[in-house]
Amino acid sequence: MTPLGLYEPGGSVLHRAPAGAKLLAVVALATAVVLIGSPWWLGGLLAVVLAGYVVARVPARRWLPLVRTLVIVSVVVFGVQWWLLGASAAAVVCLRLVTALAAASLFTLTTRVDDVVSTVERVARPLRRFGVRPETIGLLVGLTVQAIATLSGIAGEVRAAAKARGADRSPTAFVVPFLVRTLRHADQLGEALAARGAGDP
Amino acid sequence: MDGRAVIEFENVGHTYDTTPVVSDVDLRLEQRRVAFVGANGSGKSTVARMINGLVVPSRGRVRVNGLDTASEGRKVRKQVGFVFTNPDSQIVMPTAGEDVAFSLRGSGLSKKDRAARAAEVLGEYGLDPEHPAHQLSGGQKQLLALCSMLVLDPDVLVCDEPTTLLDLRNKRRFTELLTGLRQQIVLVTHDLDLLDDFDRVLVFDAGRVVADDEPRPALRYYRELVG
Repeated sequence: MTPLGLYEPGGSVLHRAPAGAKLLAVVALATAVVLIGSPWWLGGLLAVVLAGYVVARVPARRWLPLVRTLVIVSVVVFGVQWWLLGASAAAVVCLRLVTALAAASLFTLTTRVDDVVSTVERVARPLRRFGVRPETIGLLVGLTVQAIATLSGIAGEVRAAAKARGADRSPTAFVVPFLVRTLRHADQLGEALAARGAGDP
Repeated sequence: MDGRAVIEFENVGHTYDTTPVVSDVDLRLEQRRVAFVGANGSGKSTVARMINGLVVPSRGRVRVNGLDTASEGRKVRKQVGFVFTNPDSQIVMPTAGEDVAFSLRGSGLSKKDRAARAAEVLGEYGLDPEHPAHQLSGGQKQLLALCSMLVLDPDVLVCDEPTTLLDLRNKRRFTELLTGLRQQIVLVTHDLDLLDDFDRVLVFDAGRVVADDEPRPALRYYRELVG
């Protein structure tokens, strides 16, 4: 399971809210965390996002992996930023990062990809007059979300294979097969999409 | 009604860069259960991909029910579904239901109807629409790949080594399921034991059809060919 959550079925207010409204809220929140410099305000926004997890009744098996990932990322980022800019700036950067990632994850946990794709297609509809196909943009968004699960699965298998050969500390043993498998997957996915008529006018 | 299309290959040849991979293929396939067998690199998968226009031949013409796969690929793909070896590469959406419903985009059905139709097809094969697609077992993923094609109700289903990654039980189950479908099936496979009920088996070697017969004589020829 990827730490960045994919849809968790549920009937909460957040699950039932329109995907477009939730997407706008995430974009607004991401903009706000970039613009706000006060750690107190950022802490407040993070509290709002965490309250969202409670409202959505996201089970622990889904938010625990996210917490683990965020803790690791935060420790590394905080260390580097503290060394470069000082403790206060490091706290601000970490709060921004954690708030934005937690909000994005809450969005994907409470929104079906299909709903996201439909929303994006609807928003992109006016672009049709410029020769842009909204279905293609929607598909792109869907595939991007799906890529998180796929790439994380490939990375896990490649890591296990490297470990089995006693090469778990070798970057080459990870990077080369990961790239080869990712490119091969892209090739096969393209062929499968063509077979399902995704590229047909 | 049973799916029964007419698939025609007229003097078909194909080269990748300058390497010929398929030569002089002249075929008319109208039997319900047709299998392609041959060693790796014998050209059987390339010929199978030509049936729904995934590969357009460098020479000659391929037609499905009179439709040219080169110039009328879109119409052909509405009639011909394709199931690949690795179902992971075919999964586009996170849940089984969304993935099958994805096939119905452009069908004119409302989103609700697409979801209902997807759930109906998945239910026939015992799959839960809410289940995360990538967490299904290998056999279930291949069933999902099949469902994503069957939901479009094609006349022909081309399956390129769909049982290669499955265990013996799932191999048998999947093949039995294929042979029970109303669709005309073209199966590319190395699992020769699963072809007893097929109507016709074509043996490929070096890009050519070297035997074309009922399963027993065709497979005997193939076994002698590979020694």
